[in-house]
Formats: sequence, C-alpha cells, structure tokens
Amino acid sequence: MAVTKEEVYKKVQNALVEALGVDDDEVTPQATMVGDLGAESIDFLDIVFRLEKAFGIEIPRAELFPEDILTSSEYVQDGKVTPAGVEELKKRMPFADLTKFASNPVVQDFGNLLTVQDLCNYVNSKVGAA
Amino acid sequence: MQERQSRNCGVMRWMWIDRFVEFVRGRRARAVKNISLAETYIDGYLPGFPIMPAPLIIEGLAQTAGLLAGELSGFRDRVVLAKVSKAVFHFPARPGDTLEYSAVLENVDKDGASAKGVSRVGDVVQAEVEFIFSFHLGDKFADKVLFDPADLLRMIRTFGLYDVGVTETGEPLLPPDYMVEAESQSNADLEARHHGRVQQATVHT
Repeated sequence: MAVTKEEVYKKVQNALVEALGVDDDEVTPQATMVGDLGAESIDFLDIVFRLEKAFGIEIPRAELFPEDILTSSEYVQDGKVTPAGVEELKKRMPFADLTKFASNPVVQDFGNLLTVQDLCNYVNSKVGAA
Repeated sequence: MQERQSRNCGVMRWMWIDRFVEFVRGRRARAVKNISLAETYIDGYLPGFPIMPAPLIIEGLAQTAGLLAGELSGFRDRVVLAKVSKAVFHFPARPGDTLEYSAVLENVDKDGASAKGVSRVGDVVQAEVEFIFSFHLGDKFADKVLFDPADLLRMIRTFGLYDVGVTETGEPLLPPDYMVEAESQSNADLEARHHGRVQQATVHT
C-alpha cells in the first residue's frame, strides 16, 4: 500500500527534528532548511541518510543539491545562474518552486531556497505517495 | 633517542581506545577503554570528582566508528568527524570502570557515513552517541599527507585491530599493501638511523 502524503510529512518532520535538533512546531511546510531551520552543509548528508532509511529509498545527492550546475562555468556567470542554467535546475528539481529564485538567480541565495515542503514533494515523487 | 621517540609515537598520540575486541568490516566494532586514576586528565578535569571527560568518550566512540568507516577504503579516504548528531550520557564513567564502546555503521556512501555508538559499563548503557563522518572535509588539504601511512598502521596495530578484525565473510582482515610497504620502509629507515648512531658511538669511544 502506498504511503500517504501525510505519512511522508510526519517522517520528514521527524528526520529534521532529529538531524537539526529543532522542535516539531518549527518544522512547518514553508520553513526554509537553511534560513529557518539552521541546516548546514553537513546536515544535508545526515538528512539524506535519515530519509533513505525512513523510506527505504536511495537519494542521489545531485537530485536534491545540484552543486554541479551551481559550480558550472557553463551555467554560472558573474555569480548568477544563466537562463539555460535555471532551465536545467527546473528540470533537475521539479519538486521545488524556483519562480522566486529565477527572478534574481544569485548562486549564493540558492542554498536558502529549499523548504520543508520541497523536501516532502521530492520524497512524495520518490515513493509515489498519494 | 628523542628523535626515535618522536618518530615512533609522537606523531599520532591521540588514542582514546585501548584495544579492539571485535571488528567486522563495514558493519560493527567493539573496543575497550580502561579508566585509571593514573591518567592525568582524569583527576585534573573536575578536581575532587575524578571522571572520564565526556568529550573523550565521544572521541573514543568516534575512533571506534571512524576506523570502521576508514577501513572500507583501505584508510585512503580522509574520514573526518563532521557532526555529533546526538550525545546522551546516563552517568559518569569513573576510575576502575572498563568502558566497552560498540559502534555500528548505519550508512555509507561516497560522501560520508553515519554511525551509532554506545558506551557500556558491564551490561549497563553509559552513553549513546550518533555520528556523521565526511569523506570530503579534508579535501582542502588534498595536497598534504594528513596521516603518514606507516604511523597510521602502527597505531591501528597498537589497537589490535588486525588481531580480531574479520571481513564480511569472516576471513581475517589484513592491512592494505601500501601501508605495509610504508611500514617496512619506515622500519628500515629507523634501523639504518639506529645503526648509524651505534657506529658513531663506537668511533667516539
């Protein structure tokens, strides 16, 4: 039986509480991983491991964190992602809302883009949550 | 003599386990740590209340788990303790206690590993710690040798890892060839230096 989106949310929330030492009520769908929940780069490895275990899935890191695009000389010019790069990001990360980022695609701001809801959307797509 | 001492044990004097008692490649390890009042950090930490400092218990558990992670790549990956996700201490460890550290590797991928560590006195759980190790935090030192392979192998042998270590299928664990070669070369260098000094001393007398 497929898991529900609610179950996914609960498990993602639990993973974030354990990995980041935050309270349940801080983990809201709109909360950003870096800005609101204080995640640092090493925390993402911790979070990925916890999600893989909780859902029995494999998470290629490039799917969640497209560092290759953000450090590519082809897709980044003067600290900003080019229109072609933004298209690549959209293709790679259909679970994330990139509208705001696309209006001023400064690479440095990308880290603070991902929200709890984005993470849930990603897991939903992986486990086929209904 | 001083030079020899520094070559033998001065490079990596950071040993917070006494001996491995179990080591199964990529899966789990157990190590013991005896706590003695003779060790200066025990009575100097909280004068009048001698205990094993909790950070050093974390370090011992991290060495137990970190060597499990490092062994998978023949100790070529630079395994750096990047995060302590959880550390719960149930009671202080005191002189006379023997701590048994057990570590289980939970996840390993190309970027890092996560592990759970438990410290016990007898059958009683004394501390529970979770770790994230990164294999890339050391990349900025990519052009530097962080651990001399001969020194590292000596330390691992001192821990008795190869006395108890087995592979996933139960075969005895062996040190990687490149480390054994480095160790032989280092021993030959020490031998030659020692021999040179003996000759010099003979000439002087």
